Amino acid sequence: MSTSVLPTYDEVISRYEPVIGLETHVELGTATKMFCGCPTVFGAEPNTQVCPVCLGLPGSLPVANKAAIEATIRIGLALNCSIATWCRFARKNYFYPDMPKNFQISQYDEPLCTDGYLDVEVNGETVRIGIERVHLEEDTGKTLHVGGATGRIHGATESLVDYNRAGIPLVEIVTKPVPGIGAMAPEVAKAYVAELRDVIRTLGVSDVRMEQGSMRCDVNTSLNRPGEEWGTRTETKNVNSLRSVERAVRSEMLRQASVLDAGGTITQETRHFHEDTGDTTSGRSKETATDYRYFPEPDLAPLAPDPQWVERLKAALPELPRVHRARLRTEWNLSELDMQSILNAGAVELIEQTVAAGASPEAARKWWLGELSRRANAEGVELESVGATPAQVAQLQTLVDGGKLTDKLARQVLEGVLAGEGDPEAIMAARGLEVVSDTGALTAAIDEAIAAHPDVAEKIRGGNQAAAGVLIGAVMKTTKGAADAKTVRELVLARLAG
Amino acid sequence: MSDLIKLSAVALGEKLAAKEVSAEEVTRVHLDRIGEVDGRVHAFLHVDTEGALSAAREIDSRRAAGEKLGPLAGVPIAIKDVIATKGVPTTCASKILEGWRPPYDATIMTRIREAGLVMLGKTNMDEFAMGSSTEYSAYGPTYNPWDLSRIPGGSGGGSAAALAAYEAPLAIGTDTGGSIRQPGAVTGTVGAKPTYGGTSRYGLVAFSSSLDTPGPCARTVLDAALLHEVIAGHDPRDSTSIAQPAPDVVAAARLGASGDLTGVRVGVVKEFGTDGVEPGVTAAFRDAVETLTKLGAEVVEVSCPHFQYALPAYYLIAPSECSSNLARFDSVRFGLRVGDDGNRSLEEVMSLTREAGFGDEVKRRIIIGTYALSSGYYDAYYGQAQKVRTLISRDFTSAFEQVDVLVSATTPFTAFELGARTSDPYQMYLADLYTIPTNLYGGPAISVPIGLSEGLPVGLQVMAPTMADDRMYRIAAAVESVVGTFTPPAL
Repeated sequence: MSTSVLPTYDEVISRYEPVIGLETHVELGTATKMFCGCPTVFGAEPNTQVCPVCLGLPGSLPVANKAAIEATIRIGLALNCSIATWCRFARKNYFYPDMPKNFQISQYDEPLCTDGYLDVEVNGETVRIGIERVHLEEDTGKTLHVGGATGRIHGATESLVDYNRAGIPLVEIVTKPVPGIGAMAPEVAKAYVAELRDVIRTLGVSDVRMEQGSMRCDVNTSLNRPGEEWGTRTETKNVNSLRSVERAVRSEMLRQASVLDAGGTITQETRHFHEDTGDTTSGRSKETATDYRYFPEPDLAPLAPDPQWVERLKAALPELPRVHRARLRTEWNLSELDMQSILNAGAVELIEQTVAAGASPEAARKWWLGELSRRANAEGVELESVGATPAQVAQLQTLVDGGKLTDKLARQVLEGVLAGEGDPEAIMAARGLEVVSDTGALTAAIDEAIAAHPDVAEKIRGGNQAAAGVLIGAVMKTTKGAADAKTVRELVLARLAG
Repeated sequence: MSDLIKLSAVALGEKLAAKEVSAEEVTRVHLDRIGEVDGRVHAFLHVDTEGALSAAREIDSRRAAGEKLGPLAGVPIAIKDVIATKGVPTTCASKILEGWRPPYDATIMTRIREAGLVMLGKTNMDEFAMGSSTEYSAYGPTYNPWDLSRIPGGSGGGSAAALAAYEAPLAIGTDTGGSIRQPGAVTGTVGAKPTYGGTSRYGLVAFSSSLDTPGPCARTVLDAALLHEVIAGHDPRDSTSIAQPAPDVVAAARLGASGDLTGVRVGVVKEFGTDGVEPGVTAAFRDAVETLTKLGAEVVEVSCPHFQYALPAYYLIAPSECSSNLARFDSVRFGLRVGDDGNRSLEEVMSLTREAGFGDEVKRRIIIGTYALSSGYYDAYYGQAQKVRTLISRDFTSAFEQVDVLVSATTPFTAFELGARTSDPYQMYLADLYTIPTNLYGGPAISVPIGLSEGLPVGLQVMAPTMADDRMYRIAAAVESVVGTFTPPAL
């Protein structure tokens, strides 16, 4: 690999055209596993949610989970796919200790859903992402390699396997290659994953939490010079947040460009994305890839979804995010650009929930796109993981609207919320941040200020209202800012009017 | 030796129901018989003496309490070691599963226990049911009670020999290419392969998933039918199980025993011919056909042009599926582990385990299957074999438009000497020449004894359409009513 200095992003774009493709795995939120009756609860003690079937014990047989098939078909329908009238599961054969049977039940040349699309918005532009296929398979167990430097199997002294995840239904959604998006490629990739996540969340078939691994992304990237054929692609694995999707594409574009600039060639390989550095490193080469020896799974009957049932599922699909957003935009009286910035920030649902909890759309938008977005960016987390809930934000705004908090105080209360100190009301009380609206207490402070500044008081009595600033400042100082400046001004003027 | 061991399951069931004998006593006489002869026959890999006696006592106490029990309650049974039995060793006659005790029962095992049958133990077999002589057992061969220098057939040689040696009145076998029927034929016992999907495979350690079928083994057709009735029927744990009521095989066996086959159309497969068939087998088969005619059946010749490709197609499909099914034997979760010295890598331990744990025939099939499924070869091998399978199914379908059942000899030759066919796999594979087409089609077939050739048993195979298992029982019972049963020389 070239060790030359990375070009700038603009330089890359001036010389190359990127083509991206995404493979997304989504763990379905069914109550039971794909081929047995074991529960799917996340975070249970290792190897407590297992049975002969998901452990692949000799003699055990799989039985397909109908709820998982239905969920997959609904995803396919939401992505405008054709639903197969007849298809089969297939065995993907390879040896790995987290695969109980040393084959994965998946789908090969007969996926459940094919040939759809998903429209995503990037910078006010609609990009149509083709969907190659949506298929259903079983998840593997989780391996923990102990004793090695890398946490990988090589060099480990001990490997522990947890089969709780083995057999959880997994939907794989594969896009067609996406060319022609130029500099937008990283943003398109992110926007696609975000839109897909929202679609699946709307369908209610998965909690699609990237940080828990219930949604996982592999990103394919290639570069070609204008007018030439598409370049060799690499597949970047382990891309587990929206932000990382964008970073992974960008970083891989830069790396590939530097290799190509130096006259090198891109190796078709798997690369691993590292959250800490934002870099990718080489994994296994696809040239020595395993031959998976796919063949139709003889233990399972073919799937033949009844077309009438599929029609009913289609008719019963909920309002999808794009349509939903258009409706919200009208309700919230926003411009396309405003809505786009909400979408880019991943704040649509958060604002919607904040509004539902009682805040005005303007206020909700202000908080989520302002202070909270700044905070999320600074910490490198998704907005939804920033540490404040829509209910808390709504409560905060209620306190402002009720005059109990000034904007400045509200930001201090929000600090407390983000620090995990509790709900805004409790924090306001605990920190003593409530606006001093007790006029008795204010009157005493004003009298004190007048006594300390008799000359200023005289000017005001003489009609120079602008001089009130000095007294207001003194009162604010006495009350440590916990007074509403406007109220103080009114009280000062009233006191000196007579 | 107690006379009880010579009784049929039906007769034992009646004596038990009439309280002339206790289940414990019936179990004891069979355990005694096993102790007496199994050192020479080696039908069993594991005898569960305590489990059997305790199950028998439970049946006795339930009967004493006045509970209404099924016709086979208290009757002992031997189980092929490829069936998962909870807490009881299940090795598939392989070193790789030595000492494995399944934490669950196969569905047919649950049904057998619910019917009150008493499991005596687990029977010997070719490793993972791959073979036709039981010589490929990792724990030593089983010997044919008719002549201890000869094989008892395979893969279910242990179950068949246990019946012929009067160690058990009933047994369970599994049939992937003939592993119930061929051992039945060469030991003079009855073996039935039900319709694929008619009996649950849940808990049957898979060799070839699209072919494996568990079924009954017995000394009489009616006994086989009674056991068939116990294990048949839809199982939601097996997706390939057929969601239809099982055919009434017991009634059909009783009907057949009347000896009247008037109006039944029987087809003889033209392509099977007589090449490579022992003359004694051909002669016994001709006699059987004559018997069928005398019983009123109309016998005609039927052409099944693709049967000649069944053997090669089978030896691509079965190994392909086996190469995948047997991948789970990797030392990680159960069974043998070799070379785990703290230095070797996981891959090395997996390889050493599989190298040490699998026998040559199993390795041969894994290698063939891995090759046949490889990218670039799939279409030429596995894909082509599946097409042949379709053509063979069509042959059956069109044959059954002309006749009610097809008949043939079960196997081209009688029990051969141990070692006679182990040096050339193909010679061994020929033992299943007549049984394999049925497996590829998925229909039922039964082997029933029809006579002796040079002192060794010969079987008649009756093949029926899918889910018409009753038909073959009727024909087999009718033949049995004429030719009787066959008793081997005293051991």
